[in-house]
Amino acid sequence: MIGYAVMFGFACLVLAFALNLWRLLRGPTVGDRIVALDTMVINAIALIVLTGIATNNAVSFEAALLLAMVGFIGTVAYCKFQLRGDIIE
Amino acid sequence: MIQPGLLAEILTSLLIVIGAIFALVGSWGLVRLPTLMERLHGPTKATTLGLGGILLGSVAYFQLAQGVWSAQELLVSIFLFITAPISANMIAKVHLHGVRLKDADGIEGPAGLPPKSPGKGDWATYEAPHRDTPVATSEE
Repeated sequence: MIGYAVMFGFACLVLAFALNLWRLLRGPTVGDRIVALDTMVINAIALIVLTGIATNNAVSFEAALLLAMVGFIGTVAYCKFQLRGDIIE
Repeated sequence: MIQPGLLAEILTSLLIVIGAIFALVGSWGLVRLPTLMERLHGPTKATTLGLGGILLGSVAYFQLAQGVWSAQELLVSIFLFITAPISANMIAKVHLHGVRLKDADGIEGPAGLPPKSPGKGDWATYEAPHRDTPVATSEE
């Protein structure tokens, strides 16, 4: 039963990735693209966690934690660049 | 006859399915809603909640399959629940900055802009803070 649930989760997340990619390419503003990238990072974390369940392997959570940190820092850095023209002042 | 293992399996599957549906709904909101201020709602609320559901399902699965309680999922979800509002705040500031500059980012949504503070203060997104900068939320 868990196998079916994981397959359903993979399908939903792939669809979510496609929707995010549409918004990332379509825009129309820079802020929309930042939101789309942030959502893609969150969906990628969910994909990593589901892969860990599907392969019965608990090692991949370090990757999820790292991706969460890098995604947050990337979003904040992009926003700071938009706001101030510089990241570290 | 219901075995205890079956109940845990149902719980894990349910958490994974609900989390995946929430993640999908958040991304659908990102596509569907009209402007940036509305589009922020989907990813920052629904997708974060969906990821929390998937992480809880993962905790339950590894307890079920390997008999260990893993705390790293909880660490990931706590970190995401703390950082999602901060990044949403930064993106909203980018939107207000675009409105201030009247460039392509300054498309107002159906709800319009948030009200300005009374007095001389303005949004603290445009100007670098210096001496005698009026605080945007001050009472004048």
